Amino acid sequence: MQVIKNKQLIDNAWQQIADDGEIVEGNISVSLARWRKEKNQLISHKNQLGIRIQPDDNLADIADELSYFQLIELAFPDFADGRLFSHAWLLRNRYAYTGELRATGHYMSDQVFYLSRVGVNAFLPNNPAHLAIELTHLNDFSVHYQRSSLNHP
Amino acid sequence: MYQYNNTDQTLVDERVAQFRRQTEQFLNGEITDEQFRALRLRNGLYVQTHAPMLRVAVPYGLLSSRQLRKIAHIARYYDKNYCHFTTRQNIQFNWPKLEQVPDILAELATVQMHAIQTSGNCIRNTTTDHLAGVCSDEIEDPRPYCEIIRQWSTLHPEFDYLPRKFKIAVSGALHDRAATQFHDIGVHLVKNATGDIGFRILVGGGLGRTPIIGQVIKPYLEKKHLLSYLEAILRIYNLLGRRDNKYKARIKILVKETGLAHFTDLVEKEWLLTKDALELTEARINTIKAQFVAPPYDVNAADDERFTNAQHDHQDFAIWLEHNTVAHKVSGYRSVFLSLKAPEVPPGDLTDSQLDAVADLADRYSFGEIRSTHRQNLIFADVKQANLFSLWQELTQINLATPNIGTATDIICCPGLDFCSLANASSIGIAKEINDALDDMDYLHDIGDVKINMSGCMNGCAHQSVGHIGILGVDKKGAEWYQLTLGGSSENEAAIGERLGPALAKNEVTQAITTILDVYVKQRLVDESFLDTVKRVGIEPFKEQVYASH
Repeated sequence: MQVIKNKQLIDNAWQQIADDGEIVEGNISVSLARWRKEKNQLISHKNQLGIRIQPDDNLADIADELSYFQLIELAFPDFADGRLFSHAWLLRNRYAYTGELRATGHYMSDQVFYLSRVGVNAFLPNNPAHLAIELTHLNDFSVHYQRSSLNHP
Repeated sequence: MYQYNNTDQTLVDERVAQFRRQTEQFLNGEITDEQFRALRLRNGLYVQTHAPMLRVAVPYGLLSSRQLRKIAHIARYYDKNYCHFTTRQNIQFNWPKLEQVPDILAELATVQMHAIQTSGNCIRNTTTDHLAGVCSDEIEDPRPYCEIIRQWSTLHPEFDYLPRKFKIAVSGALHDRAATQFHDIGVHLVKNATGDIGFRILVGGGLGRTPIIGQVIKPYLEKKHLLSYLEAILRIYNLLGRRDNKYKARIKILVKETGLAHFTDLVEKEWLLTKDALELTEARINTIKAQFVAPPYDVNAADDERFTNAQHDHQDFAIWLEHNTVAHKVSGYRSVFLSLKAPEVPPGDLTDSQLDAVADLADRYSFGEIRSTHRQNLIFADVKQANLFSLWQELTQINLATPNIGTATDIICCPGLDFCSLANASSIGIAKEINDALDDMDYLHDIGDVKINMSGCMNGCAHQSVGHIGILGVDKKGAEWYQLTLGGSSENEAAIGERLGPALAKNEVTQAITTILDVYVKQRLVDESFLDTVKRVGIEPFKEQVYASH
């Protein structure tokens, strides 16, 4: 499976682990709830660790723990839920997170330009056929009125 | 007025290309109805009762003659030869074809216009005082700040998927003509104790089904912090605003449920962390201000006083002058209202030939600029008094000189059941009935300032809850009924109208309006306005008469 990262198609090096899923080898991402429950075991995971953020999650709760994560996934339950756009902005600008910030779940391909402007640098669409479209949508606009979060990590 | 630079033009052109592609993808079945809905709404495109409806942005109500000619062209070639001016100073087309909308947007882009964010749960068109820059009670011209807000809010990546729509209004005058107390954010230019000019920020006002008067969140904000403060409010709203119920999703509900003190605390904390990174420099303000310089007024304009003679010779002209023009800050000039409320015409509608004629008149009489008002009329802001008589004659010929500005037939009216898929009841027909019943101009002028606002449903597009007389269409078991309110106001003494009594049947509404006006005539003191009488005597005397036969 492939993902978009920094405007390139690359192989997905991460596995999403469900809350009742088994922890496997390799780079894994877990939900905030699972991180809360199993932090002690997870920090000794041999490979890289990622966390999945939902719109309801309060970023301030994990602000001090971001250094554990090489990946933060913004898991869209619904494209209309715009809270994750603010979460992305906060991660880049307030909490100085510089790792991979990845949109997953039910975001719209037509939202990738805005997402990139608030600091999202990786995209994993539900439908792999959308990867090519999303690469082009990242260039929908050559101008903008607002600062980019990526320029101010 | 503001002229696009390369960035502005490129952004609008690229937006057209994006929407053209999105429309093609939708027509090819590559994106879902639900996705396309979100995308088209953010380009002003609704799907209505009969056809799509396209809402075009008129930033802070300012149009050039060239833009108006383009609107006329679009009305002629893509629509049924007319357009509609809305209460948010925008323009609506009621009959465009979905597949032609990208072409319409491309046409608009050639005259620096667009339909970006005129609907959808995002930051909408910023509105302002229709007399900005020409009224004598102004602290500072609000339009440069409107333009700064327009740019900041356009395609703002963080705030395009808010819990609900978001409206900002800016006023620079002592008298609030922009209904700022009924916006999600109201911005007032104010002078502080040391004489510096900054902003007072209001939050949480709104109309619709839960009308609420906005409250002051920041009594005085330095100019350089305008955008950072707006951004802090928007971020708190985006994160905490309710998304579980669309009727409770506006910021007014968040402010109410959170409490102003706590909400203010949240915003202030957010703002303190971001304010230094988003400063509005004086250089930037001045660059924008330079695009709103006053036109080259004739310094001798006051010398020509022939229009006073014309008033003696032509009573109709004198009446029009009194009702449809207002004083200008420059001696020898007046601002002229073009009434879009002629009898027999749906309020706010203008035909393609009228649009062309208005554009020509603007070129000849008002420096090529036209303004739209939130009461759905137009204004020539800068008319030399020497030209008033000939302008009146020409406006009369195109049916735009009905001397009813600010009177009971200057009705704000939504499209209602005739066009809108949300409506429960018709409104245009009732407006016409009221117009017919009040066809005696002397009576109308004697009654004076009465603002009647009528909406065909709870969404309240015509701001009925702040009408001096509000009329709200409701559905009762499949029949159209109308709820009346009295005493609302969107101006300085903001108030939400009080319900008069049980809803009335369609054929009782006009009679009720004339009864209300008759009660006013009987009850009023010398020189007392309708609103003041309602405030003084309360709604009982009105209620008694309206429901006397029930």
